[in-house]
Amino acid sequence: MIKHLRLPRLSWRFIPVWQRNYLVWKKLAIPSILGNLADPMLYMLGLGFGLGSLLPDINGMSYLSFLAAGTVAYSTMNAATFEVLYSSFSRMHVQRTWDAILNAPMTLDDIMLGELTWATSKSLLSGVAILAVIWGLGLFGNFWMTLWIIPVVALVGFCFGGMGLVMNAVSPSYDFFLYYFTLVITPMVLLCGVFFPVTQLPPLLQSVSAWLPLTHAIDLARPLVIGRVPNSVALHVAALLIYGSLGYVIALALTRKRLLK
Amino acid sequence: MLKVRGLTKTYGDTEVVRGLDLDVRRGECFGLLGPNGAGKTTTLRLLLGLTDPDSGSIELAGIAVPQRAREARMKVGVVPQLDNLDPDFSVRENLLAYGRYFGMSKAAVTARVPMLLEFAGLANKADAQIAQLSGGMKRRLTLARALVHDPDILFLDEPTTGLDPQARHLIWQGLRRLLAEGKTIVLTTHFMDEAERLADRLAILDHGRRVVEGAPRALIEAHIEPAVVEVFGEGLADWTRAHAATLCLRHESVGETLFCYTATPDSVIDALKEVPALRYVHRPSNLEDVFLKLTGRDLRD
Repeated sequence: MIKHLRLPRLSWRFIPVWQRNYLVWKKLAIPSILGNLADPMLYMLGLGFGLGSLLPDINGMSYLSFLAAGTVAYSTMNAATFEVLYSSFSRMHVQRTWDAILNAPMTLDDIMLGELTWATSKSLLSGVAILAVIWGLGLFGNFWMTLWIIPVVALVGFCFGGMGLVMNAVSPSYDFFLYYFTLVITPMVLLCGVFFPVTQLPPLLQSVSAWLPLTHAIDLARPLVIGRVPNSVALHVAALLIYGSLGYVIALALTRKRLLK
Repeated sequence: MLKVRGLTKTYGDTEVVRGLDLDVRRGECFGLLGPNGAGKTTTLRLLLGLTDPDSGSIELAGIAVPQRAREARMKVGVVPQLDNLDPDFSVRENLLAYGRYFGMSKAAVTARVPMLLEFAGLANKADAQIAQLSGGMKRRLTLARALVHDPDILFLDEPTTGLDPQARHLIWQGLRRLLAEGKTIVLTTHFMDEAERLADRLAILDHGRRVVEGAPRALIEAHIEPAVVEVFGEGLADWTRAHAATLCLRHESVGETLFCYTATPDSVIDALKEVPALRYVHRPSNLEDVFLKLTGRDLRD
């Protein structure tokens, strides 16, 4: 892998790859959007109303608002992860679409940047849909502040898209992705404050949580929902950028090893 | 059009390509033949700059590869061994999407689509889904897709493997038409009849080396006696012991068959007629005889 590790050469040629995925998605847009949204929405509303009615406010937020802010980040993470795992893997390994594109004057850097920006775009849609529910139910503190959630969602999508591409690069089959969900995504959902504040965890787990990207995503999204400026914005933004970029660079090296050896 | 010197590529301990030299002239069809594992597909990947050689130089359409592979690929159309058409798109959309990867505008590709569909014999299938196409149609669409940017040179990796005879002939017609238009073609195959039909010149590769290079007819004349009589049946061993050395210029026993290479097949056949239990096939020598002589009869997997 070290031999294949180098800085990506970014070019605008990623756009036809993004466009290819967009055109395919457009054919099935409605079921795809519904499928993407139903699950997080049901959790959010079910737990928010059901469990929320039994719980006191958390730091001055109703439980439903608290959970909605977590769900924005969580839903965005899932959408980006699913896209670069299952969908990218289909295109790379099963349909050999990447092989076809590589025979054109395109590089793997272009293809994977196209995949990453596409995953970011698709997850942006997921995050914004949850945001729309927040608007609709009036769960926010200051409407104008919630608009900042849109760039945050894009950043979260980029972060988990980049990380997921690493799994795509090393996976022998679809089954392999289950490990990533069981060992990375699910623990993250439970440790990063989607359903309850991180401060409820034992100190050791709290310090683990501080390193996880979803924590940084939620630390940005939650204050914005209730109309406050998040603390340490630069730290959270940097963490998400670093996780995503590092993921992309490592994934690129591993995929180069896989396809261009 | 293509110039390769001293090309080598090693995977682990296996030298897949070992000091390969090739020259392909503009407008000719050049065949790369070889048993499985001879390094044909690896060579094509090296020529496209999809993998870096350990040593040697490649010049494709006057452009150094892999240094400027991206520019070189602008000049090349590729038909890969395994179909990788985009199953989420229709026939027409496949061509449109592929053109974009070459930086073509939608208008530029759209203008070429009718001509490409006509070439592929798919004019009435423009809106069909890929899953509805037969194997032959998919291959023809892949060929049309490789022409979307009007390349000077085409790389075809086993273009007719898995096709029925009708579909193969249709592909060959298409390739001849391209040659008549002045395109250069590099084709790998292990169908000897395909190489004999299409290739102006060919190279036989084995274990990553070029064993021989030349025009198909010239190679047959240089390496094999004019005729072959294949003999099989009851009593073959006795007949071989008694007659093979005197009647054949060269002979070879493979399993239950005797290959008798000769310039005077009639005398062999006269002798065979006296032994009714023996059956035979008389045929002119062909490229397959050259191939088997030079690369051996052992199975390669």
